[in-house]
Amino acid sequence: MLSIPFPKPPTSDAAEALRHEVRAFLRETLADRPPAERALSWTGYDADFSRALARKGWIAMTWPKEYGEHERSALERYVVLEELLAAGAPVSAHWIADRQSGPLLLRYGTEEQRREILPRIAAGECYFCIGMSEPDSGSDLAGARTRATPVEGGFRVNGTKLWTTNGHRAHYMILFCRTGGNTEDRHGGTSQLLVDLSSPGITIRPIRDMSGLEDFNEIVFQDVFVPESAVIGELGKGWDQVMGELAYERSGPDRWLSSFALLAELNRHLGSRPSERAQELLGRITAHLVVLRRLSRSVAGMLERGENPALQASLVKDLGTGVEQEIPEIVRQLVDIEAAPGSGDQLSAVLAHTLMYAPAFSLRGGTREILRGIIARGLGLR
Amino acid sequence: MSDTTTILHDTANRLFADTVSASELARAAEGAWLPAQWQQLEELGLTTALVPEDAGGAGLEPADALGLVRLAGYHGLPLPLAETLLAGWLLAHAGLPVLEGPLTIAPARTDNELRLERTGNGWRLRGELDRVPWARHAAAIAALADHDGQPLVCLLTPDGYTLDQAVNLAGEPRDTVQVNCALQNAHVAPAPEGFGPQQLQAAGAALRALAMAGAIDRVLTMSVNYANERKQFGRPIGKFQAVQQNLAVLASQAAAAGAASDIAAEAFGAAPDLLAIAVAKVRTGEAAGSAAGIAHQVHGAIGFTEEHSLHFFTKRLWSWRDEFGREAEWNRLVGQQAADAGADGLWPLIASV
Ligand SMILES: Cc1cc2nc3c(=O)[nH]c(=O)nc-3n(C[C@H](O)[C@H](O)[C@H](O)COP(=O)(O)OP(=O)(O)OC[C@H]3O[C@@H](n4cnc5c(N)ncnc54)[C@H](O)[C@@H]3O)c2cc1C
Repeated sequence: MLSIPFPKPPTSDAAEALRHEVRAFLRETLADRPPAERALSWTGYDADFSRALARKGWIAMTWPKEYGEHERSALERYVVLEELLAAGAPVSAHWIADRQSGPLLLRYGTEEQRREILPRIAAGECYFCIGMSEPDSGSDLAGARTRATPVEGGFRVNGTKLWTTNGHRAHYMILFCRTGGNTEDRHGGTSQLLVDLSSPGITIRPIRDMSGLEDFNEIVFQDVFVPESAVIGELGKGWDQVMGELAYERSGPDRWLSSFALLAELNRHLGSRPSERAQELLGRITAHLVVLRRLSRSVAGMLERGENPALQASLVKDLGTGVEQEIPEIVRQLVDIEAAPGSGDQLSAVLAHTLMYAPAFSLRGGTREILRGIIARGLGLR
Repeated sequence: MSDTTTILHDTANRLFADTVSASELARAAEGAWLPAQWQQLEELGLTTALVPEDAGGAGLEPADALGLVRLAGYHGLPLPLAETLLAGWLLAHAGLPVLEGPLTIAPARTDNELRLERTGNGWRLRGELDRVPWARHAAAIAALADHDGQPLVCLLTPDGYTLDQAVNLAGEPRDTVQVNCALQNAHVAPAPEGFGPQQLQAAGAALRALAMAGAIDRVLTMSVNYANERKQFGRPIGKFQAVQQNLAVLASQAAAAGAASDIAAEAFGAAPDLLAIAVAKVRTGEAAGSAAGIAHQVHGAIGFTEEHSLHFFTKRLWSWRDEFGREAEWNRLVGQQAADAGADGLWPLIASV
């Protein structure tokens, strides 16, 4: 049998107890947040909210006491994440640091890096961005050209990173770059550096996306000095490390709940007596979400047990983003309404944002085709 | 899953693999009954897995017993194992005798109406039951009949009905049964508390969800193997990216169906969680259509022949997704529950399954 295994997700009473606490907190904190803002999902940015969340102990939840002081289970963390996303909470500021940069430092960082950075992430004070993509290297990450040349006491970095989400408001970037070898040796000679974005020589230019948001950036490095102490893990091991990081990046409920605000608004609009056709379409999407959630919790269970769910995470992301993209189409089939950005009609405004943002779902974090390639490899076809 | 269950599943898997060959599948599709294979199921105690021990069964946890149905789906087992499990479970839980031999249940379709009347010191049962799985081979049918608004479980034996044979796409018997018989008191009993036609339909839907998940696993396995063997343009077709991407979609559908069928297995019981089973049936049903389509595309013309085994599984998928409620029917249940939950209750509803 060749099916890709998804073990039964573990249950946790502690996590369920936590769920009620999280819901109560969100009900109160987000009471005034209109649907059109909830629709931003995890691109909604609010540093005050991130700090408030940190005070509850809901950032860096699974990290060891010495860095984050929480040591909760991956399942408890999962519950917090899905409740935040379902509520449309503005989590963007700390999201990347909590999801992948922190865990990467925890795994490969030096003691000094961990002591300096991790507690600040846990406090909701320190934000990260991902420096992988470049103008000529998107899906083909190994083609990255940004280079860190060894100099006295560290490196001099030159190159350009692109599509860097939150680059203009993050404190650090985890930079994937070449530190040796040549572009022929595609995987060897790459490394990850912890770059302080206030370093001289860095130019950050926000790029407006087609939905009107300014979330991602072009970041140019011109002779930027980065000290030796900024190397994460091993010099030349960047490729293996970045692959591990992608498993964190792809594994969560942020890959199937991005359009949830729209579904909730649709439900509000349809009311308690939907037509049979509306029942059918709403029922179908709801069923998809229930099953995605089960698959996603299975991945959380694998993380909890220290397994590597990179393959399963790719599969859930591919299925999940497909459903995220279907939701606006379902709304269009059921409601005679035109999408209007900024409309006072919340359904129309939420539909407008979700429609315009939906193309990104199956691009960011690895395109649909790349994910399916990973699944095909998992099936032994490549 | 306990060790004994794992052993039972391994044993069943081996038995199905050994006994369900392509020629057996072909014979069964033509209407043959496979008595030797059935006997082996009985000897291993598989057929009474859901009957409590005090009623003479193996008394497995439902989730474990239903794992057998998924395995049977993987192998295309052309025997009424799922139906016998469900009928035995229902009869035992109603306190009725669980007869030996293959058993089946009458789907609680809206057009399957049975009229039960009191007569002297017994009952008379009349009505027509459509699409009863495997009825022609069954030693008894467990059916629900309404009496004064209360669902009663009836044990029908072949002397009480006549039948017209019909089949599903895969040639599995789906007979029409005309009932007109006297029933003794010992063969009529109240259904378990809260268990009515909708619950029976859900129980059947759960079984089909499991069987579909198994058959989808099978078409995935067949398709990947074929893509590795079949060469065109000088290399295995599985080396072409277009084929790989299709197979990746098939694998994702298989994973979704597997997760959905786990949900169904956990929701099965005397008070089945209708929402969970509805979710499972619609998601496996949708995966079934997608998986069958991709599997045939990957197999090319050879998979379109009667000689190739693929159709034993794809035809089952196309039939099973319609049995015990097609997607539209169960989607309406899910959709109405979502509507009842309202905008703010939708997420808690999803997170409750
Ligand atoms: C909203 C948003 C936020 C982002 N945030 C970040 C960030 O914070 N940090 C960061 O580093 N990057 C970020 N990205 C970039 C993202 O990772 C890339 O967009 C993605 O990896 C694809 O690269 P590309 O856009 O250059 O497309 P390309 O790689 O040029 O791909 C274009 C098309 O070709 C297909 N394709 C490419 N190669 C193959 C192949 N081998 N086989 C089949 N098809 C192929 C792709 O699937 C795609 O459909 C973000 C992107 C978006 C949209």
